[in-house]
Amino acid sequence: MNLATTRAGQALPERREVAAHPHAARLTLRAIGLGYLSVLLALPVLMVFLRTFEHGLEPVLAALQRPAFGSAFWLTLQITLIAVPVNTVFGIIAALAIVRRRFPGRSLLNAVIDLPFVLSPVIIGLSLVLVYGQTGWLGGALGDLGIQIIFAPPGMILATLFVSLPFVVREVIPVLREVGTDQEQAAYTLGASRWRTFWRVTLPSVRWGVIYGVILTTARSLGEFGAVAIVSGKISGRTETLTTHVEERFLAFDLVGAYTASIVLALMALAVLFSMTVIQAGRHDKGNH
Amino acid sequence: MIISVRRLTKQFGSFRALDDVSLTVADGSLTALLGPSGSGKTTLLRIIAGLDLPDRGSVHIGDRDVTRVPPQDRGIGFVFQHYAPFKHMTVWDNVAFGLTIRKRPRPEVQRVVRELLQLVQIAHLADRYPSQLSGGQRQRMALARALAIEPEVLLLDEPFGALDARVRKELRTWLRRLHDEAHVTTVFVTHDQEEAMDVADHIVVMDAGRIEQEGSARELYEEPASEFVMSFIGPVNRLDDRYVRPHDLDLAVDPRDGARPALVERVVYLGFEVRVELRREDGLRFWAQISPLEAERLELVRGQTVFVRAARGRSFAGALPVGAGMRGPETTGRA
Repeated sequence: MNLATTRAGQALPERREVAAHPHAARLTLRAIGLGYLSVLLALPVLMVFLRTFEHGLEPVLAALQRPAFGSAFWLTLQITLIAVPVNTVFGIIAALAIVRRRFPGRSLLNAVIDLPFVLSPVIIGLSLVLVYGQTGWLGGALGDLGIQIIFAPPGMILATLFVSLPFVVREVIPVLREVGTDQEQAAYTLGASRWRTFWRVTLPSVRWGVIYGVILTTARSLGEFGAVAIVSGKISGRTETLTTHVEERFLAFDLVGAYTASIVLALMALAVLFSMTVIQAGRHDKGNH
Repeated sequence: MIISVRRLTKQFGSFRALDDVSLTVADGSLTALLGPSGSGKTTLLRIIAGLDLPDRGSVHIGDRDVTRVPPQDRGIGFVFQHYAPFKHMTVWDNVAFGLTIRKRPRPEVQRVVRELLQLVQIAHLADRYPSQLSGGQRQRMALARALAIEPEVLLLDEPFGALDARVRKELRTWLRRLHDEAHVTTVFVTHDQEEAMDVADHIVVMDAGRIEQEGSARELYEEPASEFVMSFIGPVNRLDDRYVRPHDLDLAVDPRDGARPALVERVVYLGFEVRVELRREDGLRFWAQISPLEAERLELVRGQTVFVRAARGRSFAGALPVGAGMRGPETTGRA
C-alpha cells in the first residue's frame, strides 16, 4: 500500500512534465510558422494595402479609371480565358497519353512538359521572340501574311500558354495513375464506348486533379510577368497586362497607380485561392471520393 | 449460351499465361476456373470477356465468333476482383449505368434497378456512394450492376477473395441460388478449392497456363489425373510412389497384412476429426485423418507404434522425383 502510493506520487509529476512538454513545443512551432509567414507574406501584402489607401480613396479611383489600367485588366482577363481552357484540354489529353498509352517518345513528352517549370520565364520569352519575331524563324513568314505575333496579344497568349502548360498535366497524371483502369474496363463490359466512358467515368474520376490544375493554371496566367514582359514590348494601353502595368506605373513614380493595380491582381488571385478552399471543403464534406 | 474457346495462347513478355487452352463451358452451367496464382485462370476469363486479346486461338459465345469483338458487344456481365465500382456515382447510378448507356426509357430503368437492388438486398443503400459500403455490399452492388444488362454470360474474377470468411460463405450460397434461378451461364475464377467445390457444378483445374483436368468436384477428388490435381484438390501424403489421402489410411494397434509400422509423433483433436502425425522407421513423415470415434477406440498416445495400411491410393506415371517429398499437414492447406 505504502509502496504503491509512493510510486503513484512519483509518477504523477513526471507525467505532468511529459504532457506539458509537447504543449510548449506546439506553441513554439506555431509561433515560428506564423512569424515566418507574416514576415515573408502577410506583412508586405498588408503594406501594399495600407500604402494604396494612404491618401484616401480618390487617387485609387482615379488610377482605376485610367484607360491604360482598363486595357491591361481586360487584356489580362482575355489571355487567361484563352490560356486556361486550351491548357486544360491539352493537359488532359497529354496526361491520358502519358499514363495510358505506350508510344515512342512517351518519356520525352513527359520530360518536355516540365520545361516551363525549369526554364526561367525570361528565357521562354526570348525563345519566343527568336521564333516569332520579325527576323525570327517563323515570324518573317507570318509577318508577310499580316500576322503579328511578337509585341502583340498573340505572342502574349503564346507566352502564357507556355509558362502555364505543366499544371493540369502534372495534377492529372497522379490521379489517373491512382484511379487505374478497372472502372473504365467495367464501363466497357457494361456497353459504354470509349468516348462515353471518357465522359461518364474517366473525367469524373479525375475531376479533382483537373480542378486543381485549372486553378493553378489560372493563377499562373494572371500573374505571369517575365515571359509576357519580353514578348509584349509593354506598349501602354495596347500590350500591357496587369503585371507589366504595375511595373510601368512604378517606374513612372506613380506609386498609387502601381499599388492599385497590384491590389486588383492580388484580389483576383485571392478569389482563385478562395474558390480552391471552398472546393476542397466541399470535397471533404461529401465524402464521396 | 455455350462458351467455347479453342487453342488459346497468350504471352505477356516472356511469361506464357495461356498455352494452347481449349475449353467448352456448357449452357447454363456454373463453372469454376481453379488454380494457383499465375496459372492463367484470370487471363482466360479476361479473354472470354474481351478485356484481353489472345495471341492465337478463338472464342465463341453461342454460335458467334467473338474473338475480335470488343467487350461492349459480347453480351457479357463481368464482376471485377475489387468490384471496380464507379466511385463518383451512387449505388443506384452504378446499377443503372448499363441501362442508361443503352438509352432505355426512364420507367424501365427505374423498375429494373429497383428490382435488382432488392434482389441483392441493398435497396436501402441506393443513395450511398461506394466508399460508404462494406466489402460485401460493394460485391452485391457489382453483381447487380453486371446483371442489369441481362447478360447471356456472367463472368466473375475472384468474386469472394476480398471478403471475410463469414460473408464469403453467405455470398457463395447466395450466388449458387441466384444461378439456379436465373440460369445464366456463369464462369468464376478462384484459387480456393473448397470454394470451387462448394459453388460450381463443373471445375476446371489450371496450372502453368494449361488445363490440368476438368470435371465435377467428385470426379476431381476421386479420380485426379495428376499429382498436381490430387494435391491441389484436398490433402495428400506421398508414400513411396503412391499418393494417399490422409483419410484413406487405416491405423491398427496390432500388425497385419500389408501394414507397415509407424511412430505416433503427435495427435491433434480438431473436434470433427483427429489428425495423427506419423513417422515411418525410414524417417518418412506423413499424417492420417481419422474420426474421433476411431481415435478413442485406438487409444493413441504419443510415442506409440501403430500399423498403417493404405485403403487406396494412386500412382501417376512420370511422378515427381523421389525426395520431392510427401506432403505434411502444414503444406496441404485443408485442416
